[in-house]
Amino acid sequence: MADEIIERFEVRYLQAVDESGNADPILIASVSDEEIKRSFESIILTRTFNQRALSLQREGRIGTYASVFGQEASQVGSALALEKDDWVFPSFRETGVFLTMGYPIWQMFRYWAGDERGMKIPPGLNILPMSVPVGTQIPHAAGAAWAMKIKGRRAAAVCYFGDGGSSRGDFHEGLNMAGVFNLPAVFICQNNQWAISVPRRSQSAAKTIAQRAFSYGFDGVQVDGNDAVGVYVATKAALEKAKNKGGPTLIECFTYRLDDHTTSDDASRYRSKEEVEEWKGREPLIRLRLLMRKMGLWTGEYEKAAIEKARALVDRAIEEEEAYPPPKPEDIILYTNAELTPRQFKELKEFGWRK
Amino acid sequence: MAKINMVAAINQALAQEMERDGDVVVMGEDVGKDGGVFRVTEGLLDRFGPERVMDTPLSELALVGCGVGMAAYGLKPVVEIQFMAFAYEAIEQIYSHATRLRARSRGRFTCPLVVRTPYGIGIKGPELHSESSEALFCHMPGIKVVVPSTPYNAKGLLISAIRDAGPVVFLEPARLYRSIKSEVPEGPFTVPLGRAEVFQEGKSITVIAWGTMLHRAVEASEGFDCEIIDLMTLKPFDEETVLNSVKKTGRAVIVHEATRYCGLGAELAAFLAEEAIMHLKGPVKRVASPDAVVPMAALEDYYVPTAGRIRKAFEEAMKY
Repeated sequence: MADEIIERFEVRYLQAVDESGNADPILIASVSDEEIKRSFESIILTRTFNQRALSLQREGRIGTYASVFGQEASQVGSALALEKDDWVFPSFRETGVFLTMGYPIWQMFRYWAGDERGMKIPPGLNILPMSVPVGTQIPHAAGAAWAMKIKGRRAAAVCYFGDGGSSRGDFHEGLNMAGVFNLPAVFICQNNQWAISVPRRSQSAAKTIAQRAFSYGFDGVQVDGNDAVGVYVATKAALEKAKNKGGPTLIECFTYRLDDHTTSDDASRYRSKEEVEEWKGREPLIRLRLLMRKMGLWTGEYEKAAIEKARALVDRAIEEEEAYPPPKPEDIILYTNAELTPRQFKELKEFGWRK
Repeated sequence: MAKINMVAAINQALAQEMERDGDVVVMGEDVGKDGGVFRVTEGLLDRFGPERVMDTPLSELALVGCGVGMAAYGLKPVVEIQFMAFAYEAIEQIYSHATRLRARSRGRFTCPLVVRTPYGIGIKGPELHSESSEALFCHMPGIKVVVPSTPYNAKGLLISAIRDAGPVVFLEPARLYRSIKSEVPEGPFTVPLGRAEVFQEGKSITVIAWGTMLHRAVEASEGFDCEIIDLMTLKPFDEETVLNSVKKTGRAVIVHEATRYCGLGAELAAFLAEEAIMHLKGPVKRVASPDAVVPMAALEDYYVPTAGRIRKAFEEAMKY
């Protein structure tokens, strides 16, 4: 007979740089000045893209777009920790991840303009096309991590999803597989507090999303998702652990979606201005700027130059994107199978897309 | 040549493809130590080890979802779903991802994944162990759907499915696993996907069937001059073989286990209406199951087409 505690878990919260730009000396020790500057510049680039995408949508030049404003530190910080052989499984709200990985900017615009060719991932870049059904990409990351293990590669699969995605069966089944088979996977949940209109507390009764990892037999950590340095440090540690056969990690980036869910949404219907304003005061660039100033890495000119560089890149990308020839109707059929079926062959002619 | 049953034939196909290609892996519930609930994967764990023959948690969504990720990364996973109805949980992974990865990435990523599952009546199992929902999968662009009818074609079709560049749903008629034996070459060979076979030649009625119903149609055809087509690949089906036969006989009867409403027979009949109407002497007949859920064992023989119902359709077809 017994009545005793047989298991406990503790959830770590990580913040390398606080809102005033003070750095934890131990956490920041492994981060180079160059990496901090790259975080800053990547956030600027992401934000520039984001603003232009929102404008282009309003002008009818692209379709529905999912803004990443507010979440840039989670995306940029984690993506900077990736190595070349790692594979990334994104959701539809990962502009910062794509751009930090060096994804062609014009293709990003092309995708949001409704053209699949925007997600024809260039060779050498190991990121999957955006996954639209929420959370469904989680098992794919587990599968790729499994393949890496089977093939004996030193690499990890990194999956991005949100607090909404953590309620799906895909989250449970994907993380469970990763735990059971000790797979080299890193699950990055950007808890941006809102799944369209449903607040985080309505997704799960658990205090944190991070703690859910423990039920799958591995660690979960909550990170200040507006702290690019903290996210970078946490992701780097999780990747190292994965590649050293230490198994998966769930990283909950505690952040906030400052914009509407997408350009088709109106967030004022379900959340207060005050709440948004409060989070605006915590947006990721503010503390990074303060930190870099203290480190002697930031000047007004430096930031201005970074913005100008980003604008030039984005402007050129939009030009490229808009000059790109439109897709051919026959593409609808051509990429479905490795080879055309006889039926598809007939349909190409029937629809007048081929002679 | 050895006479073997379908379980042994599928087992050979898996083992030989795993031997030939180190990227082929097998995963599913009870597929390792237990050799699968139908023993289809028997011996594979001992031969290829737990890295390539994986007993997984009870998790159909992740079986297929992980399969998609593995395939994208360069493996050729063969996922076993224990019974067809259990694949319903994985339908989103098949429909939203496996079938679309190539199109979505404009060819950068592909999904050479095989989902094997036993299907159909005949094993006296509990509820939801006897489904024939092949039309669900046939409706999906970007996938192939295959049903073997003999040990020979089971082996050849599965080898083709594993070597295929895209996702294949491979439906194994549970009733046929051990009920028939045929001569099967010991070494690897392929039966091409997308091609039907004239299983029995005839002049008066074209009968289109697959899996278990193929054999029932053969049984029912005594006394009729039926040309029986074993469709084998349901998607994309072999339009040419079907059309050539109907042009010759002028009559068509389609037999399947699934419900008639939106069953694959509807597509076949519509195809014949569009392409062969001038050759038809009378209406296309479908012998299928009623618009009702698959009953449990006590009633299942009333549900699926019987030889009597099939014969009746032949008689009606011959009135024209």
